[in-house]
Amino acid sequence: MDLHIALVGNPNSGKTTLFNDLTGSTQYVGNWPGVTVEKKTGKMKYEGKQIQVTDLPGIYSFSTYSLEEVIAREFVEEGAIDVVVNIVDASNLQRNLFLSLQLIEMKKPVVIALNMMDVLESRGVTLDIAALSEALHVPVVPIVASKGKGIVELMKAVEATVGKEVILPDVYHSDVESIISEIERKLPIEPCSRTHAIRFLEDGVVATVGHAMDPLALASLNQWVDEKVSKRLMDRDMIISDEKYSFITSITDKITSNTKTSEVKTTSDKIDSVLTHKYLAIPIFLLIMFGVFSMAFGPVGSFFKEYFEIFIEEVVISGIAGFLVSVGVSEWLYSLVVDGILAGVGSVLSFLPEISILFLMLSILEDSGYMARAAFIMDRLLRRFGLSGRSFIPMIMGFGCTVPALMAARTLESERDRRLTMIITPFMSCGARFPVYAVFAAAFFTDSQPLVVFSIYLLGIFVAVISGIILKRFVTKGRVSSFIMELPEYRLPTIKNLWLHTWDRIKGFIIKAGTIILVAMVVIWFLQSYDFAFALVEDSADSIFGRLGQAIAPIFAPLGFGEWRAAMSLIVGLIAKEAVVGTLGVLYGVGETAVESPELLTGPLKEVFTPLSAYAFMAFTLLYMPCIAAFATMKREMNSWKWTLIAVGYQTGVAWFVAFAIYQGGIWLQLG
Amino acid sequence: MATTKMLTLKDIEPGQVCIVEGLGTKSMLRKRIIDMGVTIGTKIEVRKLAPLGDPMEIYIRGYHLSLRKAEAAEVVVRMV
Repeated sequence: MDLHIALVGNPNSGKTTLFNDLTGSTQYVGNWPGVTVEKKTGKMKYEGKQIQVTDLPGIYSFSTYSLEEVIAREFVEEGAIDVVVNIVDASNLQRNLFLSLQLIEMKKPVVIALNMMDVLESRGVTLDIAALSEALHVPVVPIVASKGKGIVELMKAVEATVGKEVILPDVYHSDVESIISEIERKLPIEPCSRTHAIRFLEDGVVATVGHAMDPLALASLNQWVDEKVSKRLMDRDMIISDEKYSFITSITDKITSNTKTSEVKTTSDKIDSVLTHKYLAIPIFLLIMFGVFSMAFGPVGSFFKEYFEIFIEEVVISGIAGFLVSVGVSEWLYSLVVDGILAGVGSVLSFLPEISILFLMLSILEDSGYMARAAFIMDRLLRRFGLSGRSFIPMIMGFGCTVPALMAARTLESERDRRLTMIITPFMSCGARFPVYAVFAAAFFTDSQPLVVFSIYLLGIFVAVISGIILKRFVTKGRVSSFIMELPEYRLPTIKNLWLHTWDRIKGFIIKAGTIILVAMVVIWFLQSYDFAFALVEDSADSIFGRLGQAIAPIFAPLGFGEWRAAMSLIVGLIAKEAVVGTLGVLYGVGETAVESPELLTGPLKEVFTPLSAYAFMAFTLLYMPCIAAFATMKREMNSWKWTLIAVGYQTGVAWFVAFAIYQGGIWLQLG
Repeated sequence: MATTKMLTLKDIEPGQVCIVEGLGTKSMLRKRIIDMGVTIGTKIEVRKLAPLGDPMEIYIRGYHLSLRKAEAAEVVVRMV
């Protein structure tokens, strides 16, 4: 790489759009080491030079020690970056410039990309860009990221800034400036000693470990600062931010000229007055959710799904199967590929059309600025359950498919909220669990089928709410969750961003299906087809899985279904929950057609289950560990084996206790 | 600080404008509130409350910010 640039900016400043402009389709999305914060990198070519671009998390400031802020700060301070491109939303200049000042203080070469000048102009406001650049001592380039305008000029400025010495703007009054210099002299922590000095002024703490300062000297320095700042009638931690904002206000007053005299109500305000209206907000919100949902899982989604399934089965699977036969592979290999890998991966991929629509819808909600409002509307309700307003979207999506729902938890700001939401979301009954309810309700609750199925859905919500209330005590430790959040202007999403945003997520889903699920399928196929002597079995009851089912069946005895076939179907259900029905069909000798014609299972099921144990079984299916695809997603999103195992352990534990309570309670009430 | 109840941002009705006098909390949130531009002397207009009464939306330094009432209770203000 010839050059390395980093993008820094506020959330909603158009940073992602600029990143897309610069890197196009070369971007790679991963995680920052050890945390669940997304890391995006990409490459671009400019005048024959290879330039690496790193997109840092969107942040408002460097000083509050949130995970995103720490990552961004460390990367800017320690990373080998040639130039930092700071994207600034011109329509929200003051708060955006706050971050810019912190960035410039780090003494890295900075170029400001002034975005959304068009929004500002539509409000009748003009900016003196040259004066801004002069006051900050950094180049300022106006761009319109959504239209890709100004990119060439931006890159020119970036190139000209490489290796240039940084001149600090005169932000602070002389008394504060002298305190900063004194701390910097006594506490020379490189790199970015000035930033460290300022942080020390603010809260008397040295943020870096391994500094050479002895505690006594540090304490006396701290006291000295206390005395110095006491002349100011302001708390120590406010001085720096206050001075920065005063400096910013003096600049913005000087460089803005407003041609319209009175403040006009913007289109965004008008939209907002309806969408967050006291009485209309919640109905509209529910309507939008319903719309998203029915698009993905209703007629449109299932239309695509149907054809996609046919495509996978008739073209891909048959094609490969035909090829395998024609080259004459051995029976076990054929079985592994066709019955194991293709059937499994295929069943997960068959959700792709629905999930793609869901992702697209979500991207629209996010890019338009509605997501922030949805969180605003729902926050109060969800806070009671230890969640935040932003948890609502993943939970609602959980009714469709747990995998994208878990991925949607990314929009949550704090890691704690994210974790809690991911533990709870699988309790929302996903579409794949429905066939299980359908079969059992048809067999045991002929008269009240819809009511019984509905009650299972409600049970899921109920367990989620109770879990939230209980878990918030354990997971809350550490950071206070807050809702100090910008409500951005409403914007029309651009096609390019929507596409990249949606594709990003789809890609993640496909990669998962292609890697982790593939491996899991091979393992499960093996366990299902071989016995402990590693011989191919005729009857799956003799397989390792069958033996396993028999071994664990007693665990389910107190729940009313301590029968090996039921136990085994639950294990197979980990591949995909709807597989529970297929497995029961195979094991009870009515074949896999049980999915299409559930009435075939009624007879055999009635020999093993009572209505009470059937209901307990449904409850267990609802609550226990989600399918392997969801598990893999959870692992990826939580980026921690410990938390993933805690989550699925909790879910399975809860499933057992709830089913136990239902069955034993029912017997006690003489319902069984 | 005085023991009498101070006027805080939480008490301001939608449509009213106030000026920031000081901040109460010593928590991590305090820094965050300050960094979002809530500094002494700043003008804040309360725009609306969420349909369920919390959080609230304010207009400050040319943008819209939402914060919970518990957080707003830490911002000491005076009416204009």
